[in-house]
Amino acid sequence: MTIIEARGLKKTYKSKSGPVHALDGLDLLVPQGTVKALLGPNGAGKTTVVKVLTTLIQPTEGTAFVDGIDVLSNPRAARRIIGASGQYAAVDENLTGFENLEMVGRLYHLGAKTARRRAQELIDQFELTEAGNRPVKGFSGGMRRRIDLAGALVINPKILFLDEPTTGLDPRSRLALWQIIKNLVHDGTTLLLTTQYLEEADHLADDIAVIDGGKVIAEGTSDQLKARIGGHRVVVALVDESDAGAASEILARHGEGEARVSSDRRSVEVAVTEGPRALQYILADLGQANVGLHDAGMRRPTLDDVFLKLTGHTAENEQDTEKSEMEQAK
Amino acid sequence: MSVLTKQTTYESVGTPAGQLLSDGWIATRRNLIKIKRVPEILVFTILQPIMFVLLFSQVYGGAMNVSDYTNFLMAGIFAQTVIFGSTFSGAAMAQDLKDGIIDRFRTLPMNPAAVLIGRTNGDLVINSISMLIMMGTGWIVGWRVTTSVWGFLGGVAILLLFSYSFSWVMALLGMSVRSPEVINNASFMILFPLTFISNAFVPIHTMPEVLKNIAEWNPVSALVESARQLFGNTNPDFPEPTAWTLQNPFITIFVGIALMLLIFVPLCIRKFESISSR
Repeated sequence: MTIIEARGLKKTYKSKSGPVHALDGLDLLVPQGTVKALLGPNGAGKTTVVKVLTTLIQPTEGTAFVDGIDVLSNPRAARRIIGASGQYAAVDENLTGFENLEMVGRLYHLGAKTARRRAQELIDQFELTEAGNRPVKGFSGGMRRRIDLAGALVINPKILFLDEPTTGLDPRSRLALWQIIKNLVHDGTTLLLTTQYLEEADHLADDIAVIDGGKVIAEGTSDQLKARIGGHRVVVALVDESDAGAASEILARHGEGEARVSSDRRSVEVAVTEGPRALQYILADLGQANVGLHDAGMRRPTLDDVFLKLTGHTAENEQDTEKSEMEQAK
Repeated sequence: MSVLTKQTTYESVGTPAGQLLSDGWIATRRNLIKIKRVPEILVFTILQPIMFVLLFSQVYGGAMNVSDYTNFLMAGIFAQTVIFGSTFSGAAMAQDLKDGIIDRFRTLPMNPAAVLIGRTNGDLVINSISMLIMMGTGWIVGWRVTTSVWGFLGGVAILLLFSYSFSWVMALLGMSVRSPEVINNASFMILFPLTFISNAFVPIHTMPEVLKNIAEWNPVSALVESARQLFGNTNPDFPEPTAWTLQNPFITIFVGIALMLLIFVPLCIRKFESISSR
């Protein structure tokens, strides 16, 4: 059964340089009890989708239903069955962890006693004892995220929305949060999650929707998406970065399409159809051209490759874009 | 980390009216806890009123060539302090929006007015504390109510009611401007002229014509005049006001309060239902 259903979502903002289409005809279906990841770079429209589905913003066009409830015309009914946690840990700094969770329970109208019991249960389950009795102010980002996530779970919602739940967390906190999320969905909660980390989508989701420019540009399981670009990839690590040009020419000769040179010009890779044979030819040609190598090998495609193939740019390109903009400015 | 107990879904309880009351109380309690835990708020609430009462009554008092400046002054100080106290709502709404907690509230099935009710109630509590402090300090420097208990209570009520409705104006500003810093700076830019171009500290008749006209129509003047009359603090040395607004300060101020509430409460709720952090 489909529990999240959005069709033809459009959201247009006015800006000085003309209208901006944050969503441009996005469709999304999520079956009950599954985890769907929305994968895309910053500005792709992931957060906007979640904001529409969690009643925070009205789309310019389109329809959205959660568990049969029209989100746009009946937001308060939708709010009774959803839990949401956004990009920023939305906790009250001056309240303790317990007070934050109790407040959320009271505002879901659970009643004073149930709200207190639920807050204590979540404090125990999420190992928040330390933050339970002290104001949240002064606790780490990871701790705040956990309190915020616990807040989204106060009613054991039918549908859970997590917008970039691990952005800005250190690797250890990220792993811990992944484990929490895995336990949750094990219990049958339907989860819609956004992320710009390919690894995260790969790790948590049953199904991935790749989003770019406010539209879903590809959809399927992680394996299905990888299969779409097929084959292996040959990667070589260069001793001398001045060889990058020659190496990419050789790789392109034996591969499919253009070879890709890394930004530090020390590694070059290309998609190939017949991996081992292509690798042999490439190594032979590189040897003849006197290109020194630190390393050479084959790897299976990652979601990053999928994204590059589908959109022409990588998913985790935020820093790269900034860098190139800075370089252009110079 | 244990797995959650199998999908006990939690249902909401209570009637819509009961839920509104409960939501309003929960949101108010959140702001009360904040007053208790953020020292800056208490400093503003307690020390600043003491400072203003002492500065104006002792520094200006002697130079003002009138008898009984302190009695004349107190209603003005009360008004200025509670109006400044109302700006907390603006800065706090902007801060909540920035922190993303408004997004949390807006995904909960709570009444959309509750966050604003809680916020403006928070200002009311801050202002009530400030009023108590100022009254105590005023009494020490010679302020006396010369009417009755009812006059006294009426004067306090009218000051608090005005500041309460002004909190809604500031809340809307806070949600629109979205920056707590800008709100703080802007409110000083607006509130200093608003409270000084009035009869709060000096009688209007000494002002140049243009300022006099502004001061006569400034709702703060009607507020201060109302409070002064209720406390029995009008100064016989100054001429009776000539403007209609000040000859009928009670009508003026009640119309002002009603207009602020009727316009800004619905606007605030509507704004709240459409805002979200970025």
